[in-house]
Amino acid sequence: MEWLSDFGAIAVMQGFNGLSVFCVLLLMALGLAIIFGQMGVINMAHGEFLTVGAYTTYVISSLTLHYVPAMQPYYFFFAIVASFFIAGALGWLVEWAMISKLYHRPLDTLLATWGLSLVMQQAFRSIFGAREVGAEMPEWIMGSWAPTAAVDIPKNGLFVMGLTFLCTATIFLMLYRSRWGLQVRATMQNRVMSRAVGINTKKVDRMTFALGCGVAGVAGAAFTTIGSTGPTAGSLYIVDTFLTVVFGGAASLVGTIASAFTIAQAQSIMEFFLSGSMAKVLTLSAVILILMLRPQGLFSIKVRK
Amino acid sequence: MKNAYESLLGGKQGAIGLLVLATLILVVFPLLLDTFRLNMVGKYLTYAFVAVGLVLCWGYGGILSLGQGIFFGVGGYCMAMFLKLEASDPESTKIQSTPGIPDFMDWNQITELPMMWQPFHSFSFALLAVIAVPTLLALIIGVAMFKRRVGDVYFSIVTQAIAAILTILIIGQQGLTGGVNGITDLKTLLGWDIRPDSSKVILYFVNAFLLLGCVLLGRFILTSKLGRLLMAMRDKEERVRFSGYDVASFKIFVFCVAAAFSAIGGAMFALQVGFMSPSFVGIVPSIEMVIFAAVGGRMSLLGAVYGTLLVSFGKTYFSESFPELWLYLMGGLFIVVVMYFPNGIAGLWETHGRKWLSRYSLGKKLFGVPEVKARVFTAKPVEKAAPRELETTP
Repeated sequence: MEWLSDFGAIAVMQGFNGLSVFCVLLLMALGLAIIFGQMGVINMAHGEFLTVGAYTTYVISSLTLHYVPAMQPYYFFFAIVASFFIAGALGWLVEWAMISKLYHRPLDTLLATWGLSLVMQQAFRSIFGAREVGAEMPEWIMGSWAPTAAVDIPKNGLFVMGLTFLCTATIFLMLYRSRWGLQVRATMQNRVMSRAVGINTKKVDRMTFALGCGVAGVAGAAFTTIGSTGPTAGSLYIVDTFLTVVFGGAASLVGTIASAFTIAQAQSIMEFFLSGSMAKVLTLSAVILILMLRPQGLFSIKVRK
Repeated sequence: MKNAYESLLGGKQGAIGLLVLATLILVVFPLLLDTFRLNMVGKYLTYAFVAVGLVLCWGYGGILSLGQGIFFGVGGYCMAMFLKLEASDPESTKIQSTPGIPDFMDWNQITELPMMWQPFHSFSFALLAVIAVPTLLALIIGVAMFKRRVGDVYFSIVTQAIAAILTILIIGQQGLTGGVNGITDLKTLLGWDIRPDSSKVILYFVNAFLLLGCVLLGRFILTSKLGRLLMAMRDKEERVRFSGYDVASFKIFVFCVAAAFSAIGGAMFALQVGFMSPSFVGIVPSIEMVIFAAVGGRMSLLGAVYGTLLVSFGKTYFSESFPELWLYLMGGLFIVVVMYFPNGIAGLWETHGRKWLSRYSLGKKLFGVPEVKARVFTAKPVEKAAPRELETTP
C-alpha cells in the first residue's frame, strides 16, 4: 500500500499546485474581468498595474525593515491595502487622461494602453533598476505546512489562496449585491438609459476602472510572496489573463472563475507529464480551439442586441 | 490604359506619391547610404510589407491583427529553412557527428533530418511555401474566427495569443527550429553568396521592387469595388450583411492578403539579414508593426512605408544613443498618435502639408488638391460611432 499513499501525496500536492496557479490567474483576471468584462475596455497595461502593486509592497517592506523593524511581521497587510489604493489611484488618473477619450474606439484603446505599458515598464526600470527585486517576507508566511510526512504544502500558497477567496467574494458582493454594482451593471448594459434614470455614468466608469486597477495592485502584492518582481513581470501574464477572461465569457464573473480553474488545472496536470512550455502551448491552443467553436466563451449572459 | 492608371496608381495624386516614394527608395537611399546603412534600410523595408498589409486589413477592413509577426515569421522561417539546408551540405558540415543536417540539430542530438524539413531541399517548394503556408494559416484562422462572427476585439486577443503560442513553440522545439537563436549562418541562395556587399545591394533592390509591387497590388484592391466594400463593412458591418454580401469572406480575403504580404517581408528579411529568429514572431514585434502602420497612417499604403522607415530609424538611433529614452518615446508616440492623430503622418500631410506646398506654384501643380478627390485615398477613417449608444436609442 506504500505506493498508493505516495500516489495520493503526489496527487494532493499536484492538485494544490494547480490550485495556486488557479489563484494567481484568478487574482489577475479579476481586475480584468471588471475592466474588460464589464466595461469592454482592453487595457493592455493591466499587467503593469500588477507590477505597481508588487513594487509598492517591495517599497513598503524595505521602509518597514529600515525604520520600524518591529512591525515587520505585520507590514504585509498594510502593503496590500496600499497596493490597492496606489494602483487604483493610478488607474483613476489613466481613465481620466486616456481611456475616457477613447470609449468609442475600442481597438484604439488597446493600442494606446499598449503604449502606456511601454512607458510604465521603462519607468519601473528607471526607478527600481532592471534587476528583479524581492520583498522581505514576514516569518509566518515562509515555510510549509506538512499534515502528513509525504505531503508538503507551502504556506505562501495558502495565503494567496485565502486572499484570492477574499477578493473574489468582495468583488462578487460589490457587483451583485450593492447599489454601486447595480449602477455599474446598468451602465454597461445600457448607457443611455442609465443616464436617463440619473446615474452619473462617467463617474461610474472612472470608479470601475480604478477598482479594476486596484485589484490588479492587490494581485501584485500577492505575487511578491511567490516570486520576485522585475519591470516586465506583469506583461508576461497579460495574454494568459486576457484568454482567461475571454474563455470564461466576458461579463460573467462565474465564468472567469471557472475558466481560471480549468486553465490552471489543465496546465498543471499537463506540466506533470510534459515540459512546461509544451504544457502551456497545449493549454492555450485548446483554449483558442474552444473559443473558435464557442466564441461567446463558457458562460455568457444572454443580452438582446 | 486610363483604367489601369486610375486603379493601380490612383490617379495623378497617387502616381506622384508613388513616384516620390520610388525615387526615395530606389535612387536617393542607394546613392546616399553606404552598404551597411542600405542593408539596414532594406531590413526596415521588410517590416514595411507588414505595415502595408496592416493598412489593408486594419485601416480599411477594420480587422486589427496583433499577430502579423506570425506570418512574417513563418514566411521568414520557410526561406531560412531552405537557405539553412543549402548552407549545411555534407561537405561543410563534416565535423558534425551527423554531416548534412543543420548545425543546431546536431547540437540537439538529432541524427536525421526531420520530415518537416525534407521538402525544403527544393527551392521552388520553399518559394511556394513562403506564400502558401502563411496564407493557409491566415485562411484557417480567418475562417474559424470570421465565419463565427467573432468580434474585432476578440480577434485581436486571439491573434495575439496565437503569436505567443507560436513563439513558445519555436523556442521549445529547439532541435526542429533552432530555439531562441533561430536559424543562423545562412550563406548562399542556389549557389549565389548572399553575404558580400554586392549581393546585399542586389537584394535591396529586389526587396524594394517587391515592396512597390505590394503597394500597387494593395492600391488595386482598394480602388476596386472590394475596397469600398471593406470600408463599408468597417463602418457598418450589419448594413453590408443585410445588403446581401458575405461579410466573412471579404474579411478572410483581406486578412489572407495581409498575411501573404507579411510573409514576403519575412522571406526577404531572412535573405537580407541572414538569419531568422523567434524574436520577430511574438507579441512585441507584432504590435510594433502596428505602430508603424499607425504612425504612417492606417489609411495610407504609402504612409505605412514612411511610418515604418521613420519609427525604425528612430528606434535604431535612440536605442543606440539613449537606450533609456527609447521606450518612453515609443510609448508616448503610440499614445499621442492613437489619441490625437489617428490618421498618422498621411493624415497630417493631407490636412497641412498639401496646403502648405500649394502656396508655391510648383507645389500646387504637383500636390495641389485636385478638383475631384480620389476619395478612396483621402477618406478619413470614420470613427466607429459608439455602437452601444446607437443601438439603444429608441
